Order: sequence, then structure tokens, then C-alpha cells
Amino acid sequence: MGKRVGIEVAIAAAEAAALCRFDMAAVYPITPQSHVAEHLSDIVNDGRVDATFMTVESEHSALSAVIGAAGTGARVVTATSSQGLLYMSEVMPIASGMRLPIVMIVANRAVSSPINIWNDHSDIMPMRDTGWITFFSDNGQEAVDMVIQAYKVAENREVLLPVNIMMDGFQLTHMVEPLIMPDQEEVDRFLPPIVPYATLHPDKPVSMGTLAMPEIFSEAQKAKDVALVKSIRVIKEVWKEWEAQFGRKYEPVQTYRTEDADVALVTMGSMGETAEVAVDALRREGVKAGLIKIKLWRPFPFADLKNAVKGIRVLAVTDRAVSFGGPGGPVCSEIRSALYDEPARPAIVNYIIGLGGRDVQVEDFIAMVKKAAGGKLSEPYEFYGVRG
Amino acid sequence: MSDKKWPETWQEVNPGCMVMRPGSASEYHTGSWRAKRPFWDKVKCIKCGLCYIYCPEGCITEDADGFFEANLDYCKGCGICAKECWTGAIAMANEEG
Amino acid sequence: MTTLTSSPKIIENFDLYAPKLVSRQEFFSPGHRACQGCAEALAIRLMCKALGKETVITNATGCMEVISSLYPTTAWNLPWIHVAFPNSAAVGSGVEAGLTSLRRKGRIPDKRVKSVAIGGDGGTMDIGLQALSGAMERGHDMLYVCFDNEAYMNTGIQRSSGTPFLASTTTAPAGKKIPGNQVWKKNVMEIMVAHNIPYVATASPAYPIDFMNKVKKAREVKGPAYIHCLVTCPTGWRSPSETSIQLGRLAYETGVFPIYEVEDGKYRFTLPLPVKRRPVGEYMKSQGRFRHVTPDQIKTIQERVDIEWEALMIKIESSRSRAEIREQLRK
Repeated sequence: MGKRVGIEVAIAAAEAAALCRFDMAAVYPITPQSHVAEHLSDIVNDGRVDATFMTVESEHSALSAVIGAAGTGARVVTATSSQGLLYMSEVMPIASGMRLPIVMIVANRAVSSPINIWNDHSDIMPMRDTGWITFFSDNGQEAVDMVIQAYKVAENREVLLPVNIMMDGFQLTHMVEPLIMPDQEEVDRFLPPIVPYATLHPDKPVSMGTLAMPEIFSEAQKAKDVALVKSIRVIKEVWKEWEAQFGRKYEPVQTYRTEDADVALVTMGSMGETAEVAVDALRREGVKAGLIKIKLWRPFPFADLKNAVKGIRVLAVTDRAVSFGGPGGPVCSEIRSALYDEPARPAIVNYIIGLGGRDVQVEDFIAMVKKAAGGKLSEPYEFYGVRG
Repeated sequence: MSDKKWPETWQEVNPGCMVMRPGSASEYHTGSWRAKRPFWDKVKCIKCGLCYIYCPEGCITEDADGFFEANLDYCKGCGICAKECWTGAIAMANEEG
Repeated sequence: MTTLTSSPKIIENFDLYAPKLVSRQEFFSPGHRACQGCAEALAIRLMCKALGKETVITNATGCMEVISSLYPTTAWNLPWIHVAFPNSAAVGSGVEAGLTSLRRKGRIPDKRVKSVAIGGDGGTMDIGLQALSGAMERGHDMLYVCFDNEAYMNTGIQRSSGTPFLASTTTAPAGKKIPGNQVWKKNVMEIMVAHNIPYVATASPAYPIDFMNKVKKAREVKGPAYIHCLVTCPTGWRSPSETSIQLGRLAYETGVFPIYEVEDGKYRFTLPLPVKRRPVGEYMKSQGRFRHVTPDQIKTIQERVDIEWEALMIKIESSRSRAEIREQLRK
């Protein structure tokens, strides 16, 4: 049945991993992920989950260690942010290339320099091409649900890819929110024990992480890409099962009041909730505003996005990261690319918002929509609210 | 031997390029690398087994009489066995002897 | 003072005497693409014999990983994983954590499977040092073996912290102005001893029985152990392929590479000491990487080898194990 609790979201995410009965965890602390790491260690040291817990000496070693354990067939978890994620970036494509069902919780934080410990998406954006399935949670409930769903998706025999779950650092991780924490019995029913594809064990020796000459490398990469692209089918199935069992619905792209929308905001992450309030306020003013929230970043939900934008005149895409010297925000450039070949497509404007924890309020979203009504900004992408 | 034809299609590649066939490197015969090969003099050989120990390929084996010989499919002709043999029972020479 | 590996109370004595008594099982199959005369490939082969079947190997990026795991084949008859260059100790400690958890929870058979991480001097002493220190410090039941061929051989013989003084490498070459590597080899053994792990040892495939005994001993340790194995690289050392074992012997007989173990903090030699150490010039003369070294420079090297040897002798003579110290304090 689950229990309604008021809980800090980072702690709740760790609790969700505990419900999944992980066998091994390796973490290195970094603000604002540290409450996840600390609470995982509380869970293990109190004996609530039977697991080996490693306080490793760096994030690179954290991901390396969980790869080793996942190779033996253990269910694993790790977590990080920002510089830590970048430090493990060498190992990110290796985890997906080796097709290991690792689950990682990321408390999104800005990447240096200058150093900034507050929230934006500049840590996950460089990881775009590393082959990981990536979920964005908007609130505590989604964070909890997505951690559990992640294991089921990752371990599916047709997927066998690592999954990471995004939670906006501080702005989500450190919020105390009311949410339904599932029961152990419910989660056990939803998520059976892991059945690994192959394991490191002398009774049946295999070699993992071999060398692929140019002759075969491209085939290996295509196989990985196809697996990631096709995984959207499994993700949607898992989300359907989740809805049937727990009553909460998940879609790769969620729309809010877009049925007759003229201008729609696009968000990813917890700002979506603020944007919802702005859409309601705009509607009361008579502005036909709508909102599109992206929950699945990789594999990119092309079909769902194309469906969501039908009939909308202008998209105001908000990005919490910028591709320096490039086409602006990553989300916007991906949306533009996704819609390029469509015979009818909305005008698209791009706002870079909320970098390094900069607060984005309801009034800001309202202003962004009104400014976007013309279908074009004065620049290809605008750093919203930046002085000067 | 693998039942898949080489080179594999992308559908055939094992997930993560895992290799499920331990010791399958022996399908590749490194013997084609060598210039010289070892010859054992059974008069001098004291059957100590040092040549077997020191072979980096692990291709020297003991026969039924306790003498040793190199598997020519793999012998790279490095000459360590000949150099280390205590009694000088091994000589490196061209294939024909 | 000559001390063979004696029988300390905590760790069993594994005295093999003859090559013919060594297990015939090959865990590292022929067909691997190592160079002719590669002493590292030999050392791997011997190490696996000593470890036996119940082992999982974690391999850093390097020669051995590249020559043994060309998809779709593998030379390994053991479970094996390679991830990246700096992290074999981290991955190996994760393997150990995974196996420990799964065995405790009854998901894998209830038998001891040893996690063994291996790497070259690059993957251990330089880029891999952080992960090694972390793994050893955390107390995992894990053996780490460094196969030291004294340069980053796989990428083309570049200088590492294991490169000996004045050796010519491709990034510290014997040039007209600067004659090769300008600093002394890093003493990673002392770093490992400082981690207070139960067992640390040096070894060489030139002394195969001693090496295999040490691997067996390290395997029995219920905690971290480290073995540093000097291995000749004929390609990088520019030496004839048949002299790979002879050079390993000379490294020992000249005192350039002492062979000893440190058990619970107590230093001891494990092989009969040479009556008189041979001059270092004998070791260096057939190696192309030392071709440019002048007689004066050899004298400098000899002096430093003598100093390091004396420093080690002091530890051999006066070190005491923690167990001994504990006994003494209790009196």
C-alpha cells in the first residue's frame, strides 16, 4: 500500500535503493549528493540491507568498483554530482559499453569553473553521448519511483544498460516533501531478484572488457546504440506496469495544458513544477500557455516529443546548461534537430536559465512566455535574467 | 571454434564484446612468428622441466618418456628455453634442423 | 644472513622445489600476442598456476590486457575483467565486494574465490596509484600484482616512475643534452609497506618457484596483499629475447632488484643471498636502453644501488613484525 511520509528527497532516493535490496554500493561524497551517500551507509551499517558498502577514494573508483561488482552479478548503486560525475566520465561509456545494469543517482550541480555547488544541468550534459539511460525527476515522488523503475529497466535482458536518475541538487535533493514510500513487499513484487547475463565466476569463466579491432568495433557500437534506442519500448512497458501496480503514471514526455496551447514552455527537472504554476497564471490572464516536461532524456523520445508539440505555434525551451560556443542549450538543440524534418513544426526560442542555482520564479516563466510570443528572440539563445 | 562466422554482424556481436570461450586465443597460431625453433638433445636432457616452466607461451609439454618438446603451432622462437637449459640440451636452429 | 621463506605461525609454508611438481594446468593459453621472450607473459602464466581456478582477474589497460583479449577470443581460462587504465585496483576491490556480498547471501557457491588485480608499472605506480592505495587501505581480501617492466611499454616505451635512472625511454630519451631518465626508480614497495597490509613482496619470474610460493602465500592472506614483480621487456629494454630470464637473475644478483618479503611489518629475504653482489655494469651491458651510459655514470648508479641495498639491510636486520611488537608490549 505504501506509506505517506514527509522526507528529504535525497534520503528518500537512498531509501528507494534500499527497497531494491542492492548487494553492493560504492560512493564518494560531493555536495549536494552527500546525503544520498550518507544515508546509504546508514542503511547498510544498521543492517537494514545486506550489502557491502565501500567508501572509495574517488568517484572514478566509485563507478569502477560498482562495475567490478556488477560484473560478479551483484545489484549495485552509486551516486554523485558535478565534478564527481566528470571525474568518472572516463568510465561512463565503459559501463554502458560493457552492458552492465548499474543504477546511479545524480544530484545535479553546476560544473566548475568558477566553482559553484548549486543546481544546474551542466554535469549531465557532457554525459549525453555515454550511452546511459537517463531519467529526469521533477519531485520527490518521481525520484523514489524512478530509482526503483531504473533497476527493472536496466536489468531487462533486452536492455542491459546502466541508468542514471537526475535530481536537481539542493532544489530537489534537500527539500522535505510529502510522498508515498512503497512497501518492501510491493517493491519485491515489482522488482524480482537480478538475473545477470553473465558473471565473473570461476565455474563459468568469461572475459569482460575485451579489445575490439577496427574490423568489429563499429558493429559493437551499433549494437549498443540499437539497444539504447530500443530500450524506450521496455521503459514504457515498465512504466505501464508501475502505473498498474502503484497507480502513478509516467511518460517520456509529459504535457500540461497543451491541447490548445499557443506557446509552450519546455522544461526538464524540478523547474517543471514552477512552470506549471506559471502556465496556470497565464491561462487565468487569457494567454494560451502550455508546458512540456521531458522525463526521459536518453534514449531521446523523438516520437513522444513530435506528438507533444503538434499544433503548438511557439516552443520556449528552457535549458539549465549551455553548450559554450555552440547552438545554445542542449535540450533546445536536440529538440530543433528532432523536429527539423517535420513538415509542420513550431517556432523555437531558447532560454538559458537557472545556472548555478539561480532561482527561477513563476514571474520569470510568465515573462519568458510573453517574450516568446513573437516566435523569435533577439539572439539565437538568451541567458535569461543575466545582468548586463 | 566459434559457431559464428567472422567477421560478425552487429546483431551477432556478444553484448559488451564479452568472450564466453575461455582459452580461445589458442585458435591463433603464433608459431608463424618465429625464425628459429628449439631442438632437444635427449642425451643431454635431464628431464628437469625448467624449459616447461620458462616458456612464456606455455607451449612446452612433457611427453610419455618425460622429455619435453615445444608445440610448433605456438612456439615464437624466443630462445629462452635454450638459454636457460642447465645442461645445454636445447639448441635454437632453423626449421630444417 | 640467508633466510628462506620460513614458517610463520599465521601463514602456511608452501615450499615447492621442482618444476615438475608445478601444476600442469594452463590458465593463460598460448596464442596470446605477447612479444617473443616477454617475461611478463611468463609471469602471468606462472601467477595463474599458483592462484588456481578459484580466482577472478581484474586487469588494467596495458600490454597483457591487449595481447590476451582480442575479441572474439581470449587467452584467459579464468574469469577476467578489464575496465580502464587507472582503476584495476578499484575494479578488483569492487569484484571482491560483489563476491563477498553474493556469497554471504547464498547467491553464489559457498567457496572462496580470490579477487586478484593486476597492472603494469604505469597502471600501478603512476596513474593507478590512487586506486591501489584506496583498495589496500580499505582492507579488501584482494591480491594486487604489479608487473613492472619499467616503462609504459604498451604505448611505446614511455617513461614511468618505474623507469630506472638513466634508462632511455621514448619520453626521456638519451639525448645529446639530457641522457635519459633523470631520477631514481620510485620505491612503491615502501608505499605498500606503509599501508600496513599483511603481506608485501618483490618477485621475479627468473625465480619462478619463489614467485609462485609468494603468490600462494598472498592468496591465503585474508586481507590485502601486494606483489611487485620485475619483468624483462626485450622490446623496451632493447635486449635479446632469449636473455629475459638471465636479465631477471642479474637484476637480483647485482642488487638492483632485491627479492624480499615484508610480512606483518617484518622484512626478510626469501632467496639465498649472493655471496658478493655482481657489479651493476654486468646487468646493464646487454640492454640497449643503457647503451649510452658512461663508466662514470655506471659508478654513480653502483653507489646508489649500494646505498639502497644497505638501507634495505637495515630493515631486514632490525624490523620486527607487529605481532612481535605486541608480544613485547604485553610483557
